Amino acid sequence: MNRGPIRWLREHGVMIFAILALAYMLIPIAVIALFSFNDPTGRYNFEWVGFTTEYWQHPFKITELTDALVVSIRLAFFTALGATALGTLIALALVRYQFFGRRATNLLIVIPMATPEVVIGASLLSFFLTLGIFDLGFTTLLIAHIMFCISFVVVVVRSRLIGFDRRLEEAAADLGSKPLTTFRTVTLPLLAPGVAAAGMLSFALSIDDFVISNFNSGAEVTFPLYIFGANQRGIPVEVNVIATMLFTVTVIAMLAVIIQQRRAEKMADKRADDAKTSAVSLPI
Amino acid sequence: MKTLRQRLVPYGLLAPGLIWLILFFVVPMYFMGELSLKTGSLESGYQLTWATENYTDAISNYSTQFGRAFYYAGVATILSLLIGYPLAYAIAFKGGRWKNLMLFAVIAPFFTTYLIRTIAWKTILDDASPVVSVLKTLHLVAPDGRVLATSGAVIAGLTYNFLPFMVLPLYASLERLDQRFIEASKDLYASATQTFIRVTLPLTMPGIVAGVLLCFIPASGDYVNSTFLGGTNQAMIGNVIQSKYLVVNDYPEAAALSFTLMAIILVALLLYIKFAGTEALMGEEEEAT
Repeated sequence: MNRGPIRWLREHGVMIFAILALAYMLIPIAVIALFSFNDPTGRYNFEWVGFTTEYWQHPFKITELTDALVVSIRLAFFTALGATALGTLIALALVRYQFFGRRATNLLIVIPMATPEVVIGASLLSFFLTLGIFDLGFTTLLIAHIMFCISFVVVVVRSRLIGFDRRLEEAAADLGSKPLTTFRTVTLPLLAPGVAAAGMLSFALSIDDFVISNFNSGAEVTFPLYIFGANQRGIPVEVNVIATMLFTVTVIAMLAVIIQQRRAEKMADKRADDAKTSAVSLPI
Repeated sequence: MKTLRQRLVPYGLLAPGLIWLILFFVVPMYFMGELSLKTGSLESGYQLTWATENYTDAISNYSTQFGRAFYYAGVATILSLLIGYPLAYAIAFKGGRWKNLMLFAVIAPFFTTYLIRTIAWKTILDDASPVVSVLKTLHLVAPDGRVLATSGAVIAGLTYNFLPFMVLPLYASLERLDQRFIEASKDLYASATQTFIRVTLPLTMPGIVAGVLLCFIPASGDYVNSTFLGGTNQAMIGNVIQSKYLVVNDYPEAAALSFTLMAIILVALLLYIKFAGTEALMGEEEEAT
């Protein structure tokens, strides 16, 4: 029976490796959270000194940091709105219609995603400089963020549209609904989860963006830009506190969405079962 | 027969988004190309003189940083593939009821800011950190050696930051893999290794191609990891472009550098796709009719 351990390793080796890999991915998050309770002696928060909850009690004390956070949230909100609207329309055109220029459109969606961020940032800055726009700020950031989010919105919404049951719209049309009414009352509600996911993705991409913002922010400071600037003089513990808070809020929001979806799916299944068992069912 | 109005509908839907992309992606690229051929300074203005020496200077002066960027990005991509494939495999086939939780753990890093995650590595690899002292007792690091400000630290950071981009496409293609192919291979007396090399690996090639591109492209242009985790000898081409644009204001040469980076990546991308042959990248569009 000395083959035991080797056999066990062969069976579980991949899983052990996977757990180690996941630990590698999660350790930095744990470190961020841990160091939000640190009590550093100097300006630098790299060495563990002692435990304190001081920074959790007043996380928004540094006004520059709070201002930067507000700018980031505002920017991410408007980016999500703009990119979702523009991207959803493109996705609709790509999935629903055959038209001249489809390949070119697809290419124009893919290339920005295959371009290094530093090149996108640099080209936009070149553009603003050539046009003589020197007062870079919130507007130029918004232009840049909407631009790089559009492609991601198209990809997310398109995947939702491909699995879309067109018969539902045909049914609405058969029942005398006008195209725009059908779109508003049938298409949009069914598309909503995809559009919402695209909006959330845009929000996340925008709030996290550093490189493109670095080139086009002018004097405006977003949350990542504040951190980059603060790196020289030492990053305050409050940054760790806020990062941990953002992480926790996002995780809770994600879990809420997942639980909500599960419940909706269960209800839909139940309804489908009821429909099957009842004598009168739609002959689709 | 479609009416003219019906024919125009798709263009009406496309117009706002495409105009945005053309105006703020295509036109800026053109302007950057133009700027890269100009001479002058910020004070005196720039004239288009078709100064191709911007390119020859850029490449000869910064070939080290170009080489370093592609070397770091390449090593980080290979490491991500070596870590990411078994991880994606475990999630897809051995995850069981832990599958969703494991997937959640893969995307969890996205919920904290990229910069803060990278700075967390600075804490982990700090000279006084327990990790470094363990490495020293194991003689993996010299007693007076450092981990921060080395190539290893930058590559570790890049690998960490781009690993999820490798795992997600790999997971997607493993998940789609038809189990009957593997059963058939086993029925025909292939060993586990043979099955993996001749069946699983080729069938998940689209995922590998997508993962490699999603990892390599952003990593080669990155300057965050080398800024925080590297020293003066770890500057990548992204660092040079950033400082030329934002610190030194040497725009024409910076534009030439960005254009060269973009061109190298596009050529590499086309060669790689031709070589690895994938439908995954553009395949989704073909289905969409």
